[in-house]
Amino acid sequence: MINTPVNRRNFLKTLAKVSAMAAAASMFPGIVFADEQEANLPSQPMEWKKSPCRFCGVGCGLLIGISEGKAVAVKGDPASPVNKGLCCVKGYHSVLALYGKDRLTKPLVRKGGKMVETSMEEALDLVARKMKESIAQHGKDSVALYGSGQWTIPDGYVASKFMKGGIGTNNLEANARLCMASAVTGFMTTFGMDEPMGCYEDIDHADVFVLWGNNMAEMHPVLFSRMLDQRLKRKGVKIIDLATRTTRSSKAADKSMLFLPQTDLAIANAICYEIIHNGWVNRKFVEDHCVFRQGKTNIGYGLEDKFAFKDEPQELSFEGFKAMLEDYRPDKVAAISGVSVKDIKYLASLYGNPNHKVTSFWCMGMNQHTRGTWINNLVYNIHLLTGKISTPGNSPFSLTGQPSACGTVREVGTLTHRLPYGEVTDEKARQKAAKIWKVPVERIPDKPTLHTVEMFRALDRGELKFMWIQVTNPMVTMPMLNRYRPATQKEDAFIVVSDVYPTPTTDVADVILPSAMWIEREGMFGNAERRTQHWNQLLEPQGEAMSDTWQLIEVARRMGYGDLFPWTKENHIEEIWKEYSIFQEGAKHGMAPYEVLKKQPGVQWPFFEGKETKWRYNAKYDPAVKNGSIEFYGKPDGKAWIWFRPYEPAPEVPSAEYPFWLNTGRVIEHWHSGSMTRRIKVLHQAVPHSYVELHPDDAAALGIRHGEKVRLSTKRGILELPASINERGVPARGQVFVPFFDENMLINNLTLDAFCPISKQPDYKKCAVKVEKVLA
Amino acid sequence: MPVKSYLAQAFEGKKEALVQTLSGLPSCEYYPAENEDLVVLVTDTSDEAEEKILQDILNEIPELKHLSLVSGFMSNQE
Repeated sequence: MINTPVNRRNFLKTLAKVSAMAAAASMFPGIVFADEQEANLPSQPMEWKKSPCRFCGVGCGLLIGISEGKAVAVKGDPASPVNKGLCCVKGYHSVLALYGKDRLTKPLVRKGGKMVETSMEEALDLVARKMKESIAQHGKDSVALYGSGQWTIPDGYVASKFMKGGIGTNNLEANARLCMASAVTGFMTTFGMDEPMGCYEDIDHADVFVLWGNNMAEMHPVLFSRMLDQRLKRKGVKIIDLATRTTRSSKAADKSMLFLPQTDLAIANAICYEIIHNGWVNRKFVEDHCVFRQGKTNIGYGLEDKFAFKDEPQELSFEGFKAMLEDYRPDKVAAISGVSVKDIKYLASLYGNPNHKVTSFWCMGMNQHTRGTWINNLVYNIHLLTGKISTPGNSPFSLTGQPSACGTVREVGTLTHRLPYGEVTDEKARQKAAKIWKVPVERIPDKPTLHTVEMFRALDRGELKFMWIQVTNPMVTMPMLNRYRPATQKEDAFIVVSDVYPTPTTDVADVILPSAMWIEREGMFGNAERRTQHWNQLLEPQGEAMSDTWQLIEVARRMGYGDLFPWTKENHIEEIWKEYSIFQEGAKHGMAPYEVLKKQPGVQWPFFEGKETKWRYNAKYDPAVKNGSIEFYGKPDGKAWIWFRPYEPAPEVPSAEYPFWLNTGRVIEHWHSGSMTRRIKVLHQAVPHSYVELHPDDAAALGIRHGEKVRLSTKRGILELPASINERGVPARGQVFVPFFDENMLINNLTLDAFCPISKQPDYKKCAVKVEKVLA
Repeated sequence: MPVKSYLAQAFEGKKEALVQTLSGLPSCEYYPAENEDLVVLVTDTSDEAEEKILQDILNEIPELKHLSLVSGFMSNQE
């Protein structure tokens, strides 16, 4: 924690110091400067309180130093099994995000075209009135709630109960649709249950780590540090980076392989081809625990409004599967992917070697993909064919980007097709929800309505009249913003935004509600390894800020749904947790009691008979397994599905007019759209604006030098920003990369809104772009 | 009057010796990492001549494997 410097020179020295520490943290993830932490501690008494980190999906345990009603220090919690006392640069500076000068502390409403301050009572009255008016005039499906993987579990639970059990609409979505939906559909189609079977402890056992388009050094730095630590401690541990761009992860890896965008599908199939043709299939495992399936092909890209798709799985034999892989011989795939035959065979041999424990990690590279579900299926295929799954160190592991994408969006089910248990199309799931919520079952609609992209399209078509956005910044993060920003500004659309800082999304709001942030309220997050983490309210909310949970309850009460939320401000989080836990009771998904969560730095589900479950589907660790040593109990017959999924090209590929691939992503210093981290001076100074990374040969051919202005053009928009050459990341030739955090250089004006037809998750990693030097 | 910060990487096991050497240098503040052979070094010199002398001294430290400049600020340009 860095104290505010008292004069300019000290300020410069502090800035120099923290810049170096930030650089060190990105080069040596998990590095600790304890002396510096202690040297800056205030002299007055300070209490250390536990909380999960506010930022990424790793879910590091933090200890927050509280003094005189302020958060003044942060350190990694040594008791947390996630980070074991480590902390990355964002976590280290996280509490500074509470104290930006422009925190939203009063509600604002649009009057005569201007935002004016009002009271919370008046603002909440207005929100409730507008929502009721819209429903009365245009029906229940004219209103929508768009939340976030940064919603706490209670936020998401109340949102679901309010929208589906109260109003009776499935117009509930969350931004995790943009980052994790393909992981969910991958899990569901292969295993019938969501979320990883393994846990971070796999890192301590694996011999080989394969990163599938996943720059863990910047996006999951503490886990990356744990991997590097294992490589130092144990002989023979290898890290393989399979990516479209050279990153800090590539540089730290034992081997870096660059592939052409979208061809990961072909590479995964080539690995399966090699596993089969070299006799590396774990036949007993496959015979006992797997079946084969194929689905529809040429499935489209969701580019049309109201696009619909339904897969139709067909049974397939092992021999049939093997025959279909003939198109994926390594020599054929090398020609498609740019990865050499030798490297493909090497990668397959790592998976195929029975003496290697292999963990695969992925995140946005595989999920933000127009065939995101398929590539998730294909990596599971590799692990299933070799039987390298559900045992320590053998783990196909889908990482998450947000602190509660799993805990809130996936487990509580804050998506149009979901309920806290099961899907809206399942009558038993609706009956269960109706019983727990004490509402008529017919109030819960049985059909999904609008997924995220379609929700904004519906706004554009004028079908949605009211949208409430909480804890997310879609006017930076939605693709193809040149369509969806004007959609929010239509005269008959009423937009409510709950947030902690002004953003491009609050710019389009008719009402802005100031939210209590993170440790200003009590809550729970659920991380990527099925770990639920609770924190107490540690600070008073600033100004009139109110938790998102309580904002929803207040509006629900004003709309006549008060009987669904019979709780007080003092007990509502505990009561919500108790009610929500009923949905998940049992050995397969049981949640830890509130009292246990309060005491421990996180508890993994399934929590059953007082024990957490580290590895699911394995009888040795998982009490839900009833038949044999391995049982994929998400499927009725206990068998996982090995899918044949072909390679299909991206919807928009480089052309004569737009000759480069455009890839977008994140940097370690900034959290998603930067609305919080850009208020932290050190992080903002480290990366003050966006840029475009070019390969040095492409830059030379275009006469572009580092720092010079470059114009990017796609069919959807134009953006000018400085060139970055041979700096943090280096794209392959013919590709460029742009971070998306900068609201002043909005790369999402240029991106395409194509999505995976199964998961409905957009692909932010691939579209065609023209690159030009801007002449002075 | 430059203020600069560096990542000073010590040879394996030589971090303590590096810290010992840095502690004897003027115009230097240092922050050793707890779990890596790395020290964050902040230098604060009064002019270019002093900066040059300090650079020469740093370049001769035997325990120092690598010195990477992270940031530099000229305070007279405020």
